[in-house]
Amino acid sequence: MKRIIVIALNTFKENLRDKILFNLVFFGLMLIGSSVLLGSLTIGEQAKLMKDLGLASINVFGVLIAVFVGIGLVSKEIEKRTIYSIIAKPIPRYQFLLGRYSGLALTLSVNIAIMAVGFILVLLLGGVSLDIGLIKAIGLIFLELLVIVAVAVMFSTFTTPTLSATFTLAIYVIGHLTGDLKVLGDKLEDPLVSGVLNVLYYALPNLANFNVKSEAAHGIPISWNYLLVTVSYGVAYTASVMVVACMIFQRRDFK
Amino acid sequence: MKPLRIKGLTKEYRTGFSRRSVMALDHLNLEIEEGEVFGFLGHNGAGKTTAIKLLMGFVYPTAGEAWILDRSIRDVDVKQYIGFLPESPFFYEYLTAEEFLVFYGQLFGMGGLVLAKKIDELLELVSMTDARHRPLRKFSKGMLQRIGIAQALINDPKLVILDEPMSGLDPIGRRDVRDIILRLKHEGKTIFFSSHILPDVEMICDRVGILVKGRLKAVGTVQEIAGASSVTSIELVVEGLSEGALAGVQGLDTTLIRRGDHVLIKLDDEAKVNGLLDQILKHKGRVVSLLPHKRSLEDLFLTESGMNRT
Repeated sequence: MKRIIVIALNTFKENLRDKILFNLVFFGLMLIGSSVLLGSLTIGEQAKLMKDLGLASINVFGVLIAVFVGIGLVSKEIEKRTIYSIIAKPIPRYQFLLGRYSGLALTLSVNIAIMAVGFILVLLLGGVSLDIGLIKAIGLIFLELLVIVAVAVMFSTFTTPTLSATFTLAIYVIGHLTGDLKVLGDKLEDPLVSGVLNVLYYALPNLANFNVKSEAAHGIPISWNYLLVTVSYGVAYTASVMVVACMIFQRRDFK
Repeated sequence: MKPLRIKGLTKEYRTGFSRRSVMALDHLNLEIEEGEVFGFLGHNGAGKTTAIKLLMGFVYPTAGEAWILDRSIRDVDVKQYIGFLPESPFFYEYLTAEEFLVFYGQLFGMGGLVLAKKIDELLELVSMTDARHRPLRKFSKGMLQRIGIAQALINDPKLVILDEPMSGLDPIGRRDVRDIILRLKHEGKTIFFSSHILPDVEMICDRVGILVKGRLKAVGTVQEIAGASSVTSIELVVEGLSEGALAGVQGLDTTLIRRGDHVLIKLDDEAKVNGLLDQILKHKGRVVSLLPHKRSLEDLFLTESGMNRT
């Protein structure tokens, strides 16, 4: 466990020195810019739009970091051959992988926390009323990122960064549309095709579950029950993907 | 308890779409004695790095097994006793020398004063105390190699495995690495290193193994491998010999080259050297130098590799 933390903290340090938190500057500029632009709208609509836009930007920046840093977590180590000196230490491979994963998770949590604080400040300054739904929405965005990083890490344990990025982005897009797979599967009569669609529905992450942005923006309450179920789903899904990633990583040769 | 025992270690890679098989290492058997410096020789692509990667658990063997200090290499904990320097080391370039050593020390479960003291000691050993707070990104190749050696020693290993520790270094850098290896031997560590730079190997290794196309062709001391008849020719430089005396010397199957007062005499047969010396002394000549030309490990290496230059 101690070694996982050592690797995680080093990964976090790497992320910081790679200037990943620079995205925060863009996030800040976007928030300021949008509040200026939306200033001309009526108070009620402005609040909704600002919430919507803020949550969406937190989501987009998070996903970009999750995918593009996530795919490099392992493949970059292999490509730059830094992995040799690590694997040569008494640390099981799975611990290395979990450490790298946790490091990026830490980076993302810090990043999202800063974005959330900035977002809430802007809302407060704009005289917009706040509610707990916003925090819930941001929490679920973070959970979605954890799932995406796990998927990115899993792909990068066996394929190139370019392919990993492609696959991960594809899964991200499909992940938001899995509901359609289910509907389609139920409507089709061919048992084989509908079976395949059903398997895909359960195998792919159902990312739409994590998306409560518009509810939060419109002040529609998000029940604690829903939150609990979704968090459990996210954690279970992430854990399963990481188990697969560890298994692949354990078996592969580093030529 | 041997520091390293390798039995039938084999690695076959399958490459490309045709899954063509390439035998990178073919049934390697080897035992390393405690406290020795063992040089693992071979051309690029002979399988040295593959063997080391197998030992370190980067790749898995197709067949065979190896033990480090009587524990299987499959046991991750055995790495507690190994220090490893990868070939042309690449490390986390965003870390400073000190942070880098702290990080690797922590992976061994080290920390606090013990680690801090060890780091001071190692930076001193590899003469990098000045570069302590510099990021690795700004290091030269020689400096990276030295900090690489420092990280390999952070856990005070019993067995040190170095993959091409001298490649890409200038003569001074090579000498530094050589000195460090000898110092480690002096401290009682066992050193296993691969190289294709032969003079270095000849100078510091107790034993060497020669690997050709994945197979171990020879193991032994440099003398054993090079053989007793390793002297191929002898060159003498003499002065003060008259023309008449030189004519007599020429009768002994020699080649003469005149350089002013000095005459260089080349003799192809070691057995005739005493006769020649008698002649020279009899004619009141003076021997300036006598230099036996040995069949170097390099020549031997080329013969073993089937790539003899002649």
